[in-house]
Amino acid sequence: MTAAARAGLILAFPALSVIALFFFVPVIIALALSLTDFDIYALADIHNLRFTGLRNYVELLKTPLFWSALGNTLYFTSVGVPLSIGASLGTALLLHSRLARFRGFFRTALFAPVVTTLVAVAVIWRYLLHTRYGLINYGLAHLGIAPIDWLGNPHFAMPSIIMFTVWKNFGYNMVIFLAALQSIPEELYEASGLDGAGWWLQFRHITLPMLGPTLLLVSILTIAGFFQLFAEPYVMTQGGPAQSTVSVLYFMYEQGFKWWNLGTASAVAFVLFLMMFTVTALQMGVARRLAIP
Amino acid sequence: MKTHLAAFSVNGALALIAALTLFPLFWMFSASLMPAGTSSVYPPPLWPTHPTLENYHELFSHAGMGRRFLNSLGIASAATLLSLLFNVSAGYAFAKLKFAGSQSIQKILVGALVIPAQVAMLPLFLILKTIGLVNTLPGVLVPWLAGVFSIFLVRQHVATVPDELLEAARLEGAGEAAIYLRVVLPMLRPILVTLAVFTFLGAWNDFLWPLIVLNEGKLYTLPVALASLSREHVQDSELMMAGAVLTVLPVLLLFLLLQRYYLRGMMTGAVKG
Repeated sequence: MTAAARAGLILAFPALSVIALFFFVPVIIALALSLTDFDIYALADIHNLRFTGLRNYVELLKTPLFWSALGNTLYFTSVGVPLSIGASLGTALLLHSRLARFRGFFRTALFAPVVTTLVAVAVIWRYLLHTRYGLINYGLAHLGIAPIDWLGNPHFAMPSIIMFTVWKNFGYNMVIFLAALQSIPEELYEASGLDGAGWWLQFRHITLPMLGPTLLLVSILTIAGFFQLFAEPYVMTQGGPAQSTVSVLYFMYEQGFKWWNLGTASAVAFVLFLMMFTVTALQMGVARRLAIP
Repeated sequence: MKTHLAAFSVNGALALIAALTLFPLFWMFSASLMPAGTSSVYPPPLWPTHPTLENYHELFSHAGMGRRFLNSLGIASAATLLSLLFNVSAGYAFAKLKFAGSQSIQKILVGALVIPAQVAMLPLFLILKTIGLVNTLPGVLVPWLAGVFSIFLVRQHVATVPDELLEAARLEGAGEAAIYLRVVLPMLRPILVTLAVFTFLGAWNDFLWPLIVLNEGKLYTLPVALASLSREHVQDSELMMAGAVLTVLPVLLLFLLLQRYYLRGMMTGAVKG
């Protein structure tokens, strides 16, 4: 072995062993756990553990709350992701406009919520959404809209969380879109003969196709992120009202660390993984069909 | 005339969106300075008529948030240092020091990126329970020690260091340790800052893992403490806003200072994909 190869092994070893020990081993244990009835009794004495095969998965499919958690998470993702990406793209286009001034300031201002602490800003929003004293209802009152019980009404709780999440996250993809917009060569607009063609035609035939790969990447990462909804309902609604904001991860947390059903919770974790994997694979498939590199 | 109108609408829209985006943060600062009970009235006040620091005083004297602030600071700093130590050397090794199996290990690591961290959390809790790290601050650090994403971020940047430079150093008789410490590391300074900012913000803002691993109030990090405080003190909006300021202000300032490095990390991570 050369000196360089030996050095490489020595330098990579600490990180690799940490990842193996604290990530790969747990993932394998999780798969095993999901096939057992690991609960509070097994936690006290491991001899109480029994292998149960796929029973946790079968039981999950018969649990109504799991199905609502799944439905709530899909609702959150399918409404939240398009809104979030739309807001990111819209603000990126505004910032990219030749007419925009103070770009640096606006970019920083719109990005600021991304770096804030999720729990802390969720607490702020809980007060802003307050039915009687919240500034959001106060603002709506000026438009003649009667007070809305944002977090107390099962029809409005999830939309409130979506609104909050879009506010918190749109800056991230905005910055990525902005970089992609800046990398589109100016000549493309001139050479295409579309430079006098009006904004929409240019956007439709040059900007959007050129953003294709970025859009694909952004949507894959954003959907994966939205599937992991947890802290928002934990802080803002505690899963309520009427369990309308229980997400898959919230359900897993309660199963695992409130009721200590670690077997069931591991099965939930794998279902979540499978969901994310399937959706990503589908998106890649669609992208290949559309010939996006 | 037409461009004037267009410029007015573009900048007007930006100003309006920026105002709406910053408003919750503005209100957080403003309400944190209001005397207890004065923010929950109708119509809701936008700023305090009699600004006071009593909420901050209450936060440190009775709510024990000073201790939690130090917990968060300690964890985020330690996570930053340790992750630099582990990830930078691994990233360099994968980029420049080919050893047997390094290619296939990298493929496995990339594959692991599709597995969400939450899958590992339940068994990780059991492992840490066995070795006595549950309900300790080092237990909170464990997931931050090494990360696939960080390793590849470093690897990507080390790849831009020319091989000839390393070969020249070797021909001059420099050992591998000296090359790493004296030639490579100084060239990586910008990406080290990027990685440090990312890790610090990530560890400071993290919620689910510290919530799982800590069950004793005095060990809580700020987000966990704030979440539990907000369940007990729903009515004390001014106190909660002071707590939110204490939690958000450090990371917001850090971001404003090192914005360039943070955004650069996002770009290399995302656009090159």
